Amino acid sequence: MNASNPPSKIAFVIGASSVGTLIEWYDFYIFGMLATILSKQFFPADAGTAALLSTLAIFAAGFIVRPFGALVFGRLGDLIGRKHTFLLTLVIMGGSTFAIGLVPGYTTIGWLAPILVLILRLLQGLALGGEYGGAATYVAEHAPAGQRGFWTSWIQTTATLGLFLALGVIILIRSSQGVDQFSAEWGGWRYPFWISILLVGVSVLIRMRMSESPMFTKLKSEGKTSTNPLKESFGHKANFKMVLLALFGAVMGQGVVWYTGQFYAQSFIETVCKIEFVQSRNIMLIAILMATPCFVFFGWLSDKVGRKWIMLTGMLLAVITYRPIYKEFIHITDASKRSQLVDNKLTNYMTAIPIIDAVDKTKLYIKKQEDTFYTDGSIFKYTKTDTLFLKDSLYAARPLTLIFPSMIQYQSPKPFVQVEKTLGNAAFWKMIWLVFIQIVYVTMVYGPIAAFLVEMFPTKIRYTSMSLPYHIGNGVFGGLVPFLGTLIVEFTKTSANPAGDVLAGLWYPIGVATVCLVIGAIYLSNKMDENVMD
Amino acid sequence: MNTIKKILGFVWMIMSPAIILFLVYQAYVKIGAASEAAKANTILQWVIILLIFLPITIGFFIFGKYAAQNEYGDLPESSKEIMD
Repeated sequence: MNASNPPSKIAFVIGASSVGTLIEWYDFYIFGMLATILSKQFFPADAGTAALLSTLAIFAAGFIVRPFGALVFGRLGDLIGRKHTFLLTLVIMGGSTFAIGLVPGYTTIGWLAPILVLILRLLQGLALGGEYGGAATYVAEHAPAGQRGFWTSWIQTTATLGLFLALGVIILIRSSQGVDQFSAEWGGWRYPFWISILLVGVSVLIRMRMSESPMFTKLKSEGKTSTNPLKESFGHKANFKMVLLALFGAVMGQGVVWYTGQFYAQSFIETVCKIEFVQSRNIMLIAILMATPCFVFFGWLSDKVGRKWIMLTGMLLAVITYRPIYKEFIHITDASKRSQLVDNKLTNYMTAIPIIDAVDKTKLYIKKQEDTFYTDGSIFKYTKTDTLFLKDSLYAARPLTLIFPSMIQYQSPKPFVQVEKTLGNAAFWKMIWLVFIQIVYVTMVYGPIAAFLVEMFPTKIRYTSMSLPYHIGNGVFGGLVPFLGTLIVEFTKTSANPAGDVLAGLWYPIGVATVCLVIGAIYLSNKMDENVMD
Repeated sequence: MNTIKKILGFVWMIMSPAIILFLVYQAYVKIGAASEAAKANTILQWVIILLIFLPITIGFFIFGKYAAQNEYGDLPESSKEIMD
């Protein structure tokens, strides 16, 4: 059977499948990474219902449409074959991504803009739901017995490399254009969407040269393919109980570990630790690049020692170390833990910029920027904004030095402070190390999972059966990490501690991973099913 | 080990309605606390979350029921056992 496949053929199968899957992940991620700009362009907050559409685009695409896509395309893949199904998902994903880049902004076409973007985002979610199961199944069905973990681990690298590619492309365009040009209505933020069509075009050409999975072809020639994959997957107790076990004993924990390591970590170092935009992305990029080979290592290792304990060890390490790691994030970026360059007065400056409120002309914002330099090479930029309410709107037009206390009716007691931190070399690498550790956990739980899922289900309903738990585990349990994490932090806010416990958000991934760990340890088998032909 | 699997099955069965009740309560609190401007958006978020978690918690309950019935005592070793 597959043992007869020469390594060059398997390498082509892996390459062709992986490139397409990588591009699908790239397409899906750029929307999330450019969410702030997209919301300004398509979903302005003051436009009321547009905010609702924005919520639908963010929530529905990940949580509802992805599992739905898993059912739709999983069924199709078990009926007509893997190759044509994941070719279709690639075209849908690439087409909708390219089209997002073509939609004019809300200011040009009004309501049509958010509605079009919502539809296209839902199509992206649908396509993503169908892609992964197809690619993983296709590769696994080509891989020789005893090497399935190794070969499918290449597919597993694509989700992380897709994130890497998306981050890299955005940083490159943003750096070359500057923030203002990048964020304009027809600015550089559209380029990553347009680039997608080239990538997808190349990938479609490659995938068209691929032949159908040998196992599916055999089933089809024998007339043994499923006539109703949904019924056979979820209507038969013997298979349905395995779907539930896959979800609650493996994928649910894998999903939260993945999203915490790659997305919650980025959001945390940016919004809680206040690391500067480009540096925070560089931290992620370097850590991802360093950890990616571990996907292949753990995939290979799972062929030798079994899948179960590698995945569960990743979950266990995550459960134990998440809080210390995030505590260390805060410690590394804490101003009180470093020495200021007090004698270097030339580098410590302040500027005050007055800005008149666009609506209330008596309201004046005074922005002061203060850069603090530290001995370790770190620079923390503080922008303090005082709000003054003047007695007469005419005063607001005066230079700041000519506004006297008698002209001020009221001044907000506390300034609004924004901080942007650029870390020195040692602190920067410490942050990379901490993100790297988390991504190694990701590689432990995610590297062997494709082989694990493929071996759990019969060929005739494999695509359907493995896609649904995968997308519920990742799309729902994983996708909710940022939202539920933020919600839990909100619970801890009190009048005595208005910032709350910023580490409390970790209880969600820790809790889910713990339950999954217990279920996996007790109910899962470490035995590998060498024969996936049946 | 099979006894532990069965006992834990009851734990999962109890946990699933507890999770959905907790989520419904949180939805009620968060929607109540939302400002008028953000209310519709908050309702939408929570409706989506409840809609998606309801079938998942039902699935978790069924998983618990299967575990309590010792359905996971011996896992199938080939696809034939699943398809029969």
